[in-house]
Amino acid sequence: MSVDLATVKRVARLSRIALADGEAERMMGELNGILGFVEQLSEVNVEGVEPMTSVTPMAMKKRVDAVTDGDKAADIVANAPVSEQNFFLVPKVVE
Amino acid sequence: MTDLTSLTIAAARDQLKARTISATELTEAYLSAIDSANGALNAYIAVTPDKARAMAKASDERLASGKAGALEGIPLGIKDLFATEGEHTQACSHILDGFKPRYESTVTANLWKDGAVMLGKLNMDEFAMGSSNESSWYGPVVNPWRARGSEEKLVPGGSSGGSAAAVAARLCAAATATDTGGSIRQPAAFTGTVGIKPTYGRCSRWGIAAFASSLDQAGPIARDVRDCAIMLKSMASVDKMDTTSVDLPVPDYEAALGKSLKGRKIGIPREYRVDGMPGEIEALWQQGIAWLKDAGAEIVDISLPHTKYALPAYYIVAPAEASSNLARYDGVRYGLRVDGKDIADMYEKTRAAGFGKEVKRRIMIGTYVLSAGYYDAYYIKAQKVRTLIKRDFELAFHAGVDAILTPATPSSAFAIGDKELAADPVKMYLNDIFTVTVNMAGLPGMAIPAGLDPKGLPLGLQLIGKPFEEETLFTVADVIEKAAGTFTPSKWW
Repeated sequence: MSVDLATVKRVARLSRIALADGEAERMMGELNGILGFVEQLSEVNVEGVEPMTSVTPMAMKKRVDAVTDGDKAADIVANAPVSEQNFFLVPKVVE
Repeated sequence: MTDLTSLTIAAARDQLKARTISATELTEAYLSAIDSANGALNAYIAVTPDKARAMAKASDERLASGKAGALEGIPLGIKDLFATEGEHTQACSHILDGFKPRYESTVTANLWKDGAVMLGKLNMDEFAMGSSNESSWYGPVVNPWRARGSEEKLVPGGSSGGSAAAVAARLCAAATATDTGGSIRQPAAFTGTVGIKPTYGRCSRWGIAAFASSLDQAGPIARDVRDCAIMLKSMASVDKMDTTSVDLPVPDYEAALGKSLKGRKIGIPREYRVDGMPGEIEALWQQGIAWLKDAGAEIVDISLPHTKYALPAYYIVAPAEASSNLARYDGVRYGLRVDGKDIADMYEKTRAAGFGKEVKRRIMIGTYVLSAGYYDAYYIKAQKVRTLIKRDFELAFHAGVDAILTPATPSSAFAIGDKELAADPVKMYLNDIFTVTVNMAGLPGMAIPAGLDPKGLPLGLQLIGKPFEEETLFTVADVIEKAAGTFTPSKWW
């Protein structure tokens, strides 16, 4: 399988990465190189093989359903590029 | 007086306990070594002298009062991927500009609890994506090793290139590192240092910027096998903050050194003999086999038939997980923000400016293989292949093999700015051909320097073990180190 220019632009949109002029063309070549490389997996017979979900057989640990953390809004917004009164500020999303 | 930076952790530990040197003297020796070397090597991207001096002073007080921890007063370098409270933590990416976490990673917290001293943060490939440390926002690291008679700058490997270079150049006693596809073992091999990626689940991932969560694992890079054992003992723990952290007590890895190999079975996988592999790598491998045989181990040929599919499967699984993990960098909660006409435009511009080429490439591949219509063909297929890769190892171990010996890398260190590698991402990916299988199967893997190539550059061997049997790797690595010796670059910086 390989990707065309329209697919590269669609994937960039899904990835939320703006592409500069000419970047999509370069990216198309690189992505097709990688997709060509992974193509060899089609040689492998995986009939009846379960996809791996965990490298070590383990039951997911569960923690008690209790509040164990919190009360640190100032810490959480401390690294935000723009914040106000412990809220993250973003451009207007609802008209 | 000998240069204090030449002491291994084990030697420094003895002298600190005997109070023949102080933690402050040791830390000052490293700070001045960093000061004179870092301009040439670029191993550290942030040095924390005030913190180092304060921690060393506290260590000296604990040493005086007999309350010393296992790593008391030992100065360490920390890969920039680990969250260190109030200090530079950017995974060497532009998108995390200015980020200073309000919390500490579990691994580094364990080290400080044992008395270690932080010297600063180490350079790495951006978000640990790379095999040459050239994708760092802070520029490439220069390998302290040079080919004989040459001044050409070589890469230290990646992604833990700063860690490996700093250890090799004695700019820290040891360093933390992480390994998703070979990022501890390949740079260790390129710099003549020892590195271990423990079993998935042995070190907590809490506070380590995530690249590919099912593959990422922290481990140390150190000067010798004993120091590596000392470091891993402190780094590893059971942690409720990481649900994949395993509930097993951490053994005393140092106690595994000096044990006999009699009755141990070492597997030699025929699939690791690849086309175009330089003769010196094959010769090194044969030398390693001979050393282990001389030490009483039984050598058996084994087959790991799905080996060649590990790298292609990795380049589906790792980018898929990365595309999801890196979705959080959006210009809202931390780091860089580039304003746009609306919120989507802001996300797209922020991520376009903040991520480097390799990171963008992997996010795009990951997004593609997870997108509607391709998920089964790529992602599910790769996860099935991963099951087969793991099964290969299980069959070998089931047949009685205790550990597996392979080369660590298909070549020695290459030049910074290598045009062929820069032009073809897949060629760069092939650096991890011997290491990536281990991550796919979640096994422990260790790189140990075993010799120099004809150019005078270090080459490493890799040991692969059963899950949570790191001790066996330390036993075997100790035998190799006793036969091969240790390797130090001659100082030119």
